[in-house]
Amino acid sequence: MASGYSGKEEDGLRSGAPGGPGGGEEVRSRKPDNTAFKQQRLPAWQPVLTAGTVLPAFFAIGCLFIPIGIGLYVTSNNIKEFEIDYTGDDVLSPCFNCSQSYSWNSTCTCAVSFSLDQSFESEVYMYYGLSNFYQNHRRYVKSRDDRQLNGDISSLRNPSKECEPYQRNENMPIAPCGAIANSMFNDTLELYYVLSNGSLAAISLTKTGIAWWTDKHVKFRNPGGNNSNLQAAFRDTTKPVNWRKPVYELDTDPDNNGFINEDFIVWMRTAALPTFRKLYRIIHKNGVTTTLPQGNYILNITYNYPVRSFEGRKRVILSTISWMGGKNPFLGIAYITVGTVCFFLGVVLLIINHKFGNRSNSADIPS
Amino acid sequence: MEPLRRLQLQWRRLMSSEMGRGWYTPPAALPSKHGAGEPEPGVHKIHGKRRTVVARHGPYQDEYHSISKGYQGNSIRTTKYTPISFIPMNLFEQFHRAANLYFLFLVVLNWVPVVEAFQKEITMIPLVVVLTVIAFKDALEDYRRYRFDKKINNHVVRVYSGKEQRYVEQRWKDVRVGDFVRLSCNEIIPADMVLLYSSEPSGVCHIETANLDGETNLKQRQVVRGLTEQGFDVTPEKFTSRIECEGPNNNLTRFRGFMEHSDKVRVGLHNENLLLRSCTIRNTETVVGIVVYAGHETKAMKNNGGLRYKRSKLEQRLNVDVLWSVALLFTMCLVAAIGHGMWLSGLKDPPFMIPDDTSPVLAGFYMFWTMIIVLQVLIPISLYVSIEIVKLGQVYFIQNDVDFYSERLNSTIQCRALNITEDLGQIQYLFSDKTGTLTENKMVFRRCTIAGVEYPHEDNARRLELYQDQDWDDADPAAVPGKSRSCRSSVKSLSCRSSVSLDTLTPCDPEPDPRGATQDAPHPRHMAFSSRMEKEVLPDPLLLQKLNGLISPELPLQDVVGAAPLEMTYIVDFFLALAVCNTVVVSLPQQPQRTVHVQDVQRTPLRSLEDMKLLFQRFGVPRFASVSPPGGDASPGADSPAQLARRLFSRPKAAPPSPDGTPVGEEEEKHPDEAALVHAARAYGCTLRARASEQLTVELPGVGCLPVRLLHVLPFDSTRKRMSVVVRHPLTGQVVVYTKGADSVIMDLTTSPKGNAQAIKESMDIKEKTQKHLDEYAREGLRTMCIAKKVLREDEYELWLKRHAFAETSIENREELLLESAERLETGLTLLGATGIVDRLQEDVPETIEALQRAGLRIWILTGDKQETAVNIAYSCKLLRPTDRLLIANCSSKEACEALLVQLREVVEAGRAGSAGADGHGDGGGDGGGDGGGFTLVIDGRTLEWALQEELEETFLELACQCRAIVCCRSTPLQKSQVVQLVRDRLGVTTLAVGDGANDVSMIQVADVGVGISGQEGMQAVMSSDFAISRFKHLRKLLLVHGHWCYTRLANMILYFFYKNVNYVNLLFWYQFYCGFSGATMSNYWVLIFFNLLFTSAPPLLYGILDKDVSADTLMQLPELYRAGQNCKAYLPSTFWLNLLDAMYQSLICFFVPYLAYAGSDISVFSFGTPMNTSALFIILLHQVIESHTLTWLHGVVLLGSALLYFAFTLVFSATCVTCNSPANPLGIDIRHMSDPVFYCVCALTTLLALLPRVLYHSIWNTLFPSDITKAACLDRLSPEERCSRIHNWREEQMRASPLLTTVVVDPVLSGGDLCDCSPDTHSVVS
Repeated sequence: MASGYSGKEEDGLRSGAPGGPGGGEEVRSRKPDNTAFKQQRLPAWQPVLTAGTVLPAFFAIGCLFIPIGIGLYVTSNNIKEFEIDYTGDDVLSPCFNCSQSYSWNSTCTCAVSFSLDQSFESEVYMYYGLSNFYQNHRRYVKSRDDRQLNGDISSLRNPSKECEPYQRNENMPIAPCGAIANSMFNDTLELYYVLSNGSLAAISLTKTGIAWWTDKHVKFRNPGGNNSNLQAAFRDTTKPVNWRKPVYELDTDPDNNGFINEDFIVWMRTAALPTFRKLYRIIHKNGVTTTLPQGNYILNITYNYPVRSFEGRKRVILSTISWMGGKNPFLGIAYITVGTVCFFLGVVLLIINHKFGNRSNSADIPS
Repeated sequence: MEPLRRLQLQWRRLMSSEMGRGWYTPPAALPSKHGAGEPEPGVHKIHGKRRTVVARHGPYQDEYHSISKGYQGNSIRTTKYTPISFIPMNLFEQFHRAANLYFLFLVVLNWVPVVEAFQKEITMIPLVVVLTVIAFKDALEDYRRYRFDKKINNHVVRVYSGKEQRYVEQRWKDVRVGDFVRLSCNEIIPADMVLLYSSEPSGVCHIETANLDGETNLKQRQVVRGLTEQGFDVTPEKFTSRIECEGPNNNLTRFRGFMEHSDKVRVGLHNENLLLRSCTIRNTETVVGIVVYAGHETKAMKNNGGLRYKRSKLEQRLNVDVLWSVALLFTMCLVAAIGHGMWLSGLKDPPFMIPDDTSPVLAGFYMFWTMIIVLQVLIPISLYVSIEIVKLGQVYFIQNDVDFYSERLNSTIQCRALNITEDLGQIQYLFSDKTGTLTENKMVFRRCTIAGVEYPHEDNARRLELYQDQDWDDADPAAVPGKSRSCRSSVKSLSCRSSVSLDTLTPCDPEPDPRGATQDAPHPRHMAFSSRMEKEVLPDPLLLQKLNGLISPELPLQDVVGAAPLEMTYIVDFFLALAVCNTVVVSLPQQPQRTVHVQDVQRTPLRSLEDMKLLFQRFGVPRFASVSPPGGDASPGADSPAQLARRLFSRPKAAPPSPDGTPVGEEEEKHPDEAALVHAARAYGCTLRARASEQLTVELPGVGCLPVRLLHVLPFDSTRKRMSVVVRHPLTGQVVVYTKGADSVIMDLTTSPKGNAQAIKESMDIKEKTQKHLDEYAREGLRTMCIAKKVLREDEYELWLKRHAFAETSIENREELLLESAERLETGLTLLGATGIVDRLQEDVPETIEALQRAGLRIWILTGDKQETAVNIAYSCKLLRPTDRLLIANCSSKEACEALLVQLREVVEAGRAGSAGADGHGDGGGDGGGDGGGFTLVIDGRTLEWALQEELEETFLELACQCRAIVCCRSTPLQKSQVVQLVRDRLGVTTLAVGDGANDVSMIQVADVGVGISGQEGMQAVMSSDFAISRFKHLRKLLLVHGHWCYTRLANMILYFFYKNVNYVNLLFWYQFYCGFSGATMSNYWVLIFFNLLFTSAPPLLYGILDKDVSADTLMQLPELYRAGQNCKAYLPSTFWLNLLDAMYQSLICFFVPYLAYAGSDISVFSFGTPMNTSALFIILLHQVIESHTLTWLHGVVLLGSALLYFAFTLVFSATCVTCNSPANPLGIDIRHMSDPVFYCVCALTTLLALLPRVLYHSIWNTLFPSDITKAACLDRLSPEERCSRIHNWREEQMRASPLLTTVVVDPVLSGGDLCDCSPDTHSVVS
C-alpha cells in the first residue's frame, strides 16, 4: 500500500506515473519536519488587549502629548501674523475700481493702508493669498510641461500635449506652456512704512530665496544654460496668452529670470487647497532694528489679477515664522485635547480594570 | 496414501447418509470446461464508436495505415499550454474571472481621454502585476507537468520492430496502436493492450493497479481465450487476427470487443484481457500484448481528473461584500459626479479652468467614470490573489503538521482541494461512514457457527485483546521509528523477487507447521493485509476436536465428540468454502521457479498425493499438536492471559529456521473480509496454497494438498451482496457451488433439501439456530457472513454452463446477463454456517467523537451495515451514551413511515419538554449539537428511502434536528449522498462527509467538505475527497485546530483587506470636496498604486497564514471554541459594516488632521498627500498589530520591512525624479517633509487618534464581555500548571451549564487522558 500510495500523492490520477522502477529502493519518509516554523510553534508575543494591558499606554500618551501640545501651542502663539484683504469687492475699499475689471492686464493701481499694533521682530515673510482658486483641479494640475521647464529644447519647441489648449499660440509654441503658467499671479505689491513725518519709507522686499532650493536649481532650468542670452534661447516661442511680458523679461536679474524666476517657480508649485497662500517676498532683518516696527503702512498694489470670475479673494499676509512654520494653533490644541482625553480614558480604564479586570483572566466565571 | 483413503471413505459414508448419492469420480474424467465455450458469432456487436486494430507489422500493412491514421500515438501531453500559446491562452483563462475583467475595463476606461484620471500606464500596473503573478504560478505548474510528461514519454519499453524482426527498445512516445509490446515482471504498462501471451502456463498474468486506483492487491488478467490452447504464435508477422472494440472511453472496469481470427472465428474480449496503462506487471515473467489504445486515449488518461473546485462558504459571503463595495463605490462616484456638476455650474470661466464647452451635466457624467478609476482600489483586486496565496500557505501548514503523519502508512494528510480550508472551521454536520472510517477495517476472524453449533473461540477473543494493546503501541510514532520503514523496504524487494508465480507450484511444499512458519515469515507490511493479528487465529478447541476426529486414524467416526455425520460434512465443507470461495491471490515470495506444468499434475494426481504423503510421514508432525490446549481436558477458559501470551509470542521455532527461505503463501486479497476467512480456515488446517486460473491448490487437514478445479468465479457485487465459486469437489468430484455473502441475502436463498421430513426439520433447525447466533454476533458488533453450498447435478451444471457461456461471450448487456446467470445458480442453497468477524474501532475514535460533539458538530453515521452492528459501534465509539433514548425507525410502507416520524417527533418534543421542566433552568438555547437532548434516531435504509421522499423530508428533518445523533444503517451509497444533500440544502449548514470506500464517494462529493480516509479499500474515496487523512482521529485536529485557525485567519484577513482599501480610498474621496470634485489626487500616482501593491500587501498575507488566536493545545482541549467558527463569529455582516465604519472614521481622521494642520498654509498638492500617506501606512500596519493575536519575529520583519520600503521608495523617488512622472513630480517633497518636525507631529497625532477607538473598544469589550476565544487566549499566557487547572475549571463550568454533557466527564479514562495533556512534559503535543 505504501508504495502505491506514493505514486498518488503528488500527481493524483496521473497516468503513466511509474511507481518507481520496482525493487530495493528505500521509500523516503514523508514525515514533515518537526520544526517550530512548520509546526506553527514560533515563539510569539500574544497581545490581548484588555483594560489592564492598555492602561499604562493611555497614561503614557497623556503624559507625552500634553507637554508637546503646550509647546506647539506656545510656539504658534508667538508667531505674529497680519493679514490684509485687498480684493476690493466692497465699494468703499480702495481697490474697488480695479477689481471690477475682468481683464488680465488692466494695470490699475491702488493703495491700502494699515497699521501694525505690534512690531515684527524677526524676519517677516510676505505672502499673497488667494481664496476659492482651485489650483488643485485635476486638469489644471496636469497642464504643464516639466521637461520644458527643465530646459529641454525639444519640449520648448514642441510642448507636451498636456498643455492643451495653452500649447501653441499663432503656431508658435508657448513658453512656458499650460494653464498653470498662463494663470500666473501678476499683482505687484510694494510695502511702505509711514514715517512719523508722514513720508513713506520703502521696505526692501527680497524676491529671491522664496522658492525651494531643489526647484530653483534642479527642476527649473532655462533653455540653453544660465549664461546665454535668454531672449535668444526663447526665440521662436511666444508668451502665454494672459501674460504681458514674455518669460525672459520677468526680471532683470539673470539669475531670477526666465524659467528660474522664483515668483514663477512658486506659482508653479500648485497649492493643495482652494484657499492658499504663496510666499511673495521676504523682509530680512536689517541690523539690530526691528523688521517691521509698530506703526502705519501703505501697501501699493498693481492690481492685475482678476478674481471676480471665481468669486475669489486676494490677501496679503505678513508673518514671522518659527521652527513649525506659520501660525497654526490647531496642532497644539489637538495635542492637548488628545492628551487630556487619553488621560481621562486611562482613569476610566483603571476603574473598569479594578472592577471587572479579573473577568477575562479567570475562565471560571460563566459567560 | 492412507490418510486420503480414509478421508475419502469417511466422506463417502457421510455423503451417502446425507444425500444418498454422489460417488467419487476421478478428476481425469471431468468434462472439459471449454467444450461449451464456443463463441456464437451473432452476439458480437458493438454499438456506438468503435475501433479496429490490426498488427502494425502484421500482414495487413495497407489496412493498418488506413485505419490507424486517426488513432493517437502514445506520447502524452498534460500541459495546458505550449510556449507559443502560453500568453494568449493564459490571458484568456485569466480574463474569465470577473475581477480581472473589471480591472481590464478600468484600464480601457483610462484610455478614454475625457475620463482619464492617471497616466495610462500607471492604471495598468495592478492588473499587470496580478496577471503576472498568476501567470507565473500557472507557468510553473505547467512546466512541472511538462517535465513529468517528458520523463514518462521517454520511458523505454521493448516493442516489436518490423525492420529488425525482433523486439527492440523504444521510447513510450513512439509506441503506436497495433504495436506488439513485450513486458517483463515489474515493468509498467505503457498503453492499453490486449493480452496475447503470458509466460504463465495457464495464460494468466498479474497486474498491480496501484498507480491507477491505489489498490496494491494483484489483479489477474487472462490471455485472449483460445490463444493459449491453440499454441498461438505471437509473431506479429503472422498475426492475422483483427480486433474490434469500443472507442476510447474512461470506464476502467469495462472493455468490450472481440477478436476476429483469419478464419472468421470471433472471440469475445473483456476487461480481463486488457492490460491498462500505468499498471505494473507482477508475478509474471513475460507478457506480450497488442496496443489498442495509446496515449490520451488510454483508459487511465481518460480518467485523469484534475483538482476539484469548490466554492467555500466564506467566499460566497465575501462575494456579497464585494458587491457591497461596488455599491459603495458607485455611491461615492455618484456623489462626486453630482458635486462636480454643481460646482461647475456655479463658475464663470475662472482662470484655473481649462476652457472646453462641456455642459456641467456631461462633465458630471465624465467625472463619474473618472472617479471610478480614481477609487478603483475600493474593489480589492489583490484580494483574490491574496486569498489564493493565503490558502496555499494554510495548506502548506496543514500538510506539514507532524501530528497527521502516520508512521505505518508513511503518509500524511493530503489537501486535494486548495480552496476550502476555511470551511473546515465551520462544519456543523458530520456524516461518517462506519467501516474503515470509525473502525480499522482490519477484519479479524472472531467466531463462527457451523450447522447450528456455535464455537465461541474464547482464546481468540483474548488474543485479540492482547493484540489490541500491542498494536496501538505500534501505532505510536515514537515507539518504532525505524521498524516499519525497514519493513516497507522489504515489500519492495519482495514484490520484485516474487516474479515467480505460485501457480506453477503443484505439489505441496514441505511445510512443517503452518502457523510456525507464519510467525517466522517476514511481515512485509505492518498493515491490514498481513498483520499478525489477523493471521493467527486461535482455533476453538471443540471444533478442532471434531475436525481432528474426522481425520484421526485412531478414533472411529462415531466417537468424535458425538458429532453427527451431517455435522461433520458441514464442518469440512464450511472450511473448504472458506478456503476456496474468495478471490485471494497467493503469491509466494522467495521461491525458486518451478517448471512443473499443471497438465502433468492433472494427468497423475495420485502420484503427487503419494509424494505428499511420503513427505508428510517424513516430518511426522501431528497436525494440531501444538495448537490444542495443554492438557486436553483442561478448560481453555482457565488459561491466564500470561500463559496465553507466552503461547502466542514465545512459541518454539519448530520450523526449519531458514529466515528468508521459508516458503509462505502471502495472500493478496481484495477484501479484508476474505483474508480474515482464509486465515481462519488456515488455522484449522484448511490452507489455500496456490491459485491458478482454473485450479486451486488447497491443503486439507490430514490429507495434504489437493488440486481443486475451479470452474467458475461469480465475483462479489453490491447488488447481489454475495460471491460464489463453482468447483469440482476435491473429494467427491461433484460440481459444488460455494456461496458466501451477507446474511440477509443468503438466508433468503437457502431452501430445505427435498426428501425426508427429518432432513427438513434438521435444516430448519440449523437455520433457526444460525439466525439466533447471527443476531447475537450483530449485537456484539461483529460483521457477519453466511456460508452456503449447493451441489449441482452434472446435467444441471451443463444446462447452466451453456447459458452462462452465452452471457460471458455476449458483448451487449453482458453485465446484466451475467448477473442473471449468477442469480440462477445461487438458489436453493444449503446453509452451512456463519462467521463473525471483528472490525475493531480505530484508536481514539471515542475521544474524537466526544470532542467533535462538544465542538457542536452533529454526527450522523451512515453505514451499509446491519442495524445491530451499527448501533453497537455507535455505542462503543461513544456516539450513543447509555443514557440516550434510542428511537428506532423501521417501516415497510410510506404511510407507516409517515406516522412513525410524526409519532417520534412527538416523543422527542415531549421528552425535551420534560427534561427542560425537570432541569428547572430551561434549555440553553439549543444552538449547539450538545443540547439536542438524549435522543438518537436509528433509521434503516428502507425507511430512509421513504423519509427522503419529498412529502416526508420536512418531518424527517425536523425530527433529525431534534436528535443528538443519527445512525442510518443499511443505506446505499445513493442514499448516503441524498441524506447529505438534503441536510446541506434544506438546513443550509456546512457539512463534512468522511469515508474510506468507493461507496462513500458520492457522499464525499456532495458534502461541502469531503474527507477521505486512505484505508484498506482502495483509493476511490481519497481520489474524490478534498482532504485525505489516514485515521479518523486526525479529524479532531484538522477541524478543531486547523479548521478554526484557517477560518479565523481568512475571515480576519478578508475583513482587513476591505478595511484597508476603504480606509485608503476614502482619503482620496474626502479630497474631492476640496478640489471641486475634479478627480484630483493629492498623492503621487506611484505611491498610490504601490500603496496597495507593495507597501501593505505582505502583512495581511502573513496575517492570513500565521495568525493564531488560540494555541493548538488549548483548542484541542476546549472543543467548545470551535463554535465560534460555526456561528461565523469572525465574519458576520455586522462585523463587516463595523469594520467599514471604523475604516471611514480612520480615513476621516487621516485626512482631516493633516488638513487642519496645513489648511491656509502654502502647502502644495503633492506635499499635502505625504503626511496622509505616511499616517495611513502607520495606521494600517498598526491596525494589523492590534488585530493580530500573535506576533512572531516574522511579523516584525514584514511589518518593519513594509514601513521601511515605503520610506525608502518615497525618499529615493523624491531625490532622483527630476522631470519624471509629470505632473506629480515628487522632487524634494518627501525630503523636505521628513526634515520637518511638524510632519512627525502630524503623523503621530493622526495615527494615534485613528487607532484610539479600536484599541479602546477592544480593551473594554475584552474586559467586560470577554468572548470564549479571548478567555482561551488568556489561558495560553499562563504557566502550564495554572492553565491546566483553569481548563479543568472551565470544563466543569461547561458541564454545569449544559447538563447533558455531564455523562462525559464521568469517564475516568477520558478526563485522565486530557489532564495528562496539560502536564508540562506532554505539553507540546508535537515532540
